[in-house]
Amino acid sequence: MLSSAGARLMQGNEACAEGAIAAGLRFFAGYPITPSTEIAEELALLLPKVGGKFIQMEDEIASISAIIGASLAGAKSMTATSGPGFSLKQEGIGFASYTEVPCVIVNVQRVGPSTGVPTAPAQGDVMQARWGTHGDHPIVVLCPSSVAETFSLIIEAFNISERWRIPVVFLMDEVIAHMREKVVVPEASAIRIVERPRPQVAPDEYLPYAAGEDLVPAIADFGSGYRYHVTGLTHDETGFPTTKASEVDALARRLDAKMRRAAPHVTFVDEFLVNDAEVAVFAYGVTARAAAKAVRDARAQGLKAGLVKARTLWPFPEEHVRKVAERVRAIVVPEMNMGQLVLEVERSSAGRAEVVGLSRVDAEPITPDEILAKLREV
Amino acid sequence: MATPVTHYLRTSKMPHIWCPGCGHGIVLGAVLRAIDSNGLDKDKVCVVSGIGCASRAPGYLDFNTLHTTHGRAIAFATGIKMAKPELKVIVLTGDGDAAAIGGNHLIHAARRNIGITTVCFNNSIYGMTSGQYSPMTPTGSLASTAPYGNIEEPFDLCDLVYAAGASYVARGTAYHALLLSKLIARAIATEGFSFVEAITQCPTYYGRRNKLRSAVDMLKWQKEHAVSVAAASKMSAEELAGKFRIGELGVRTRQEYCRRYAGLMETAQKEEAERDA
Repeated sequence: MLSSAGARLMQGNEACAEGAIAAGLRFFAGYPITPSTEIAEELALLLPKVGGKFIQMEDEIASISAIIGASLAGAKSMTATSGPGFSLKQEGIGFASYTEVPCVIVNVQRVGPSTGVPTAPAQGDVMQARWGTHGDHPIVVLCPSSVAETFSLIIEAFNISERWRIPVVFLMDEVIAHMREKVVVPEASAIRIVERPRPQVAPDEYLPYAAGEDLVPAIADFGSGYRYHVTGLTHDETGFPTTKASEVDALARRLDAKMRRAAPHVTFVDEFLVNDAEVAVFAYGVTARAAAKAVRDARAQGLKAGLVKARTLWPFPEEHVRKVAERVRAIVVPEMNMGQLVLEVERSSAGRAEVVGLSRVDAEPITPDEILAKLREV
Repeated sequence: MATPVTHYLRTSKMPHIWCPGCGHGIVLGAVLRAIDSNGLDKDKVCVVSGIGCASRAPGYLDFNTLHTTHGRAIAFATGIKMAKPELKVIVLTGDGDAAAIGGNHLIHAARRNIGITTVCFNNSIYGMTSGQYSPMTPTGSLASTAPYGNIEEPFDLCDLVYAAGASYVARGTAYHALLLSKLIARAIATEGFSFVEAITQCPTYYGRRNKLRSAVDMLKWQKEHAVSVAAASKMSAEELAGKFRIGELGVRTRQEYCRRYAGLMETAQKEEAERDA
């Protein structure tokens, strides 16, 4: 049954599925993989009830391909997977990026590389989410740290993807995906839904890749009377292939500039006790939960600690980190990987504060005590 | 009176990229005549392709056209068809694209019987990457990656797709262009998954390595080796050795996938309404 408005106990994967439907999801294609499977199961149940389509494809590559096709036909589309499946989707993600087809790709991370530990948490796909596909490409990566946030942030994922015509990677972790928490489901009328920019000109005047001031071209649904060409080859404003140096350059630079233009609108960062902090933690996903506890414990012990919690991992909130680095002595970056986002924190801090990583890669979550110990050490 | 094929072409995108003597233009002409004989609305036709020589065809066609990643055309097409079942979705693909990297999508689309028409331009070689062997290269043929002769055996693609569950399967050749057009027209008129293997010639990368130097030699080869389904039924296995059958190879009636899904939606919505009542 679809959730009615009000408080509900929900699993993270369930919140992802229900939030997506609330955002307007009407096509899901996926291939089962732990720990993301409940998203597919939930959508198989719910989508037909709202007139949406669910299909279990033959593999992960077919799934990303199908959602791109469905999106071009006008349906808000999503797929969900975990690390190994995410790797298989990378070529398709590059295609969606280059052809500017809105879609959402959920990756509930597990321990890797390879088959790793399928049922245990990790945060090892931060760099894969940014750089998994080939070539320079725009991408937005969002990361929730609670079940309630999963519900609200997946709605943002769709809104961003449609508004900016950029694929959005929704990077969850196994703990958030499988834990159950309270979610207050808003009334449908209270949810802000964004639609993709559609052409305002007649079909014979439509240039599918001519961008306006916001650098986002209007997109026409297949079958709506605008016959145009979409290709993963480098294309000009008409959508047809080009190898002309100036046009190849123009496309790469527009996509990059579009991402920069979008950045302030898609970067979500929460601060907790940062104003007077001497040391700070930068964390995301489930690790931000442990970090919040560590910060409270540090304060109880007289150490002025604060937390910067990122819900957007890419584009990396560099301005935000720079400002915090100007105020604090040190930033601790706990991650369930060998140190991926810590490099970005270090880059953004540019020597203004000491940046210290804290890795845990034994398939167990990082504890508040481990973070507290590191905060006391720096 | 048939509409000239130029009505369906983006002539401003010509000349095309295909080599002199290539059979792809003949196959594409057959596709367009088939679309015309079905009287389809240009706005309601969506042509999808993967990567390879054949897969460049949609760029020249005045429909909703999508040139995707290698081997994945049918998977992209599946999303389009499900999102908008009223669209006529046609996949144009090559033998490498459909039978090698995309083989899995081909058999699963046939199994689901989703209403997509796939035309496989089978020139028995990888043309765009200049002549490596494909899953359709005959045993013993030479290719740049089979310099001692191909030791693999090709698929019978039509048997494969029919066994997987397709509603309509046929084979034609560039030489038998009128027949090919008729077969594609029937494929397009089929509600479930339909598949037409179009045998076409690549003198540049297959022919010149395999003693079929010109397009004419290759077309003659098609003429001499093709046997109609009717004639084949009266021939012995020995007589048929080294030949291939052309015509309708498999026709059956099965419910189309999107139609099935519509039934599923109806059931789900009824259950939900009853629960709410």
